[in-house]
Amino acid sequence: MTPRLEETCRSSEAVGRTGALTEEAVLIQRLRAGDETAFTEMVNRYHRALIRLALAHVSDRSVAEEVVQDVWMAVLEGIDRFEGRSSLKTWVFSILTNKAKTRGVRESRSIAMSALSAEGEEGDDPTVDPSRFRTNGHWKDYWTDYPQSWDEGTPERRLLEKEGAGLLEQAIAALPSRLKQVLIMRDVEGLDSKDVCVLLSISEANQRVLLHRARGKVRQAMETYLEGQASFS
Amino acid sequence: MTRDEIRIYVLDYLAGRLTCKKWVEMVTDYLEGSLSLWPRIRFHLHLGLCNGCRHYLQQVRTTIKTTQQLPREPTPPHVREELIRRFRSMSSS
Repeated sequence: MTPRLEETCRSSEAVGRTGALTEEAVLIQRLRAGDETAFTEMVNRYHRALIRLALAHVSDRSVAEEVVQDVWMAVLEGIDRFEGRSSLKTWVFSILTNKAKTRGVRESRSIAMSALSAEGEEGDDPTVDPSRFRTNGHWKDYWTDYPQSWDEGTPERRLLEKEGAGLLEQAIAALPSRLKQVLIMRDVEGLDSKDVCVLLSISEANQRVLLHRARGKVRQAMETYLEGQASFS
Repeated sequence: MTRDEIRIYVLDYLAGRLTCKKWVEMVTDYLEGSLSLWPRIRFHLHLGLCNGCRHYLQQVRTTIKTTQQLPREPTPPHVREELIRRFRSMSSS
């Protein structure tokens, strides 16, 4: 499973950021040498992200934990063969994607689960509620209920600074599986769009659609909450 | 008509009457740099006339930025200990 990524994915991360690469190369050397602190460092860096991602495939927290433990073991077993053509992060994520996918398929014993992950759930519904646009006249389909500013000093911004992280976690957790995967990889973990395409076996165009829907839903959740609360304060 | 209204009508006409409803669906393509020249020009022209869409873009950008800055929770100690135990048994084998 991992070699496929190695072959097809020449990450710009591996070529571009020399500073990061050197640091990463050192980390890999230490891992190969069996350095325990190097391992702990890596676990600390990616564990949380891996759990989040695993939860896009499997429904149960404890199953996600198991999957991620398996990933770490696979990383240790595979580190000698890792050629560094993709970044270490992308490689670790590719192992997770494969393991979680297998596990997710095995786990989807109920019809409900497969229905959940079906294409339809990602939805073709518009990014913004249509009722917020005018329905007639010269300015039909232009805003009637337009979005508020979240500038410095607005109640929305103050709420965002205070509760933003918790809100986001909730909004992300509520996303359908595919959308969640793309959003986590791109926006939470900052992977390259090319790497994400390879990891999820999707086209660039498809990825943009998924990312668009995911960001749209998250923005909507934030707006609903912030404006609801801000109007009380 | 006020000067401002005239400005809006002209910009909207130049943007090829791009509606807000269509505009919001272009935001990710815009941020990903995948809009070709003419759609990008229309996108910008509309942005210049529409406060609602300006706020919308700001909200999307703020959402992305907040997502990128999500705090990293530490690995639970029992998980870390278990992993280290396995790591040791692996390196010694």
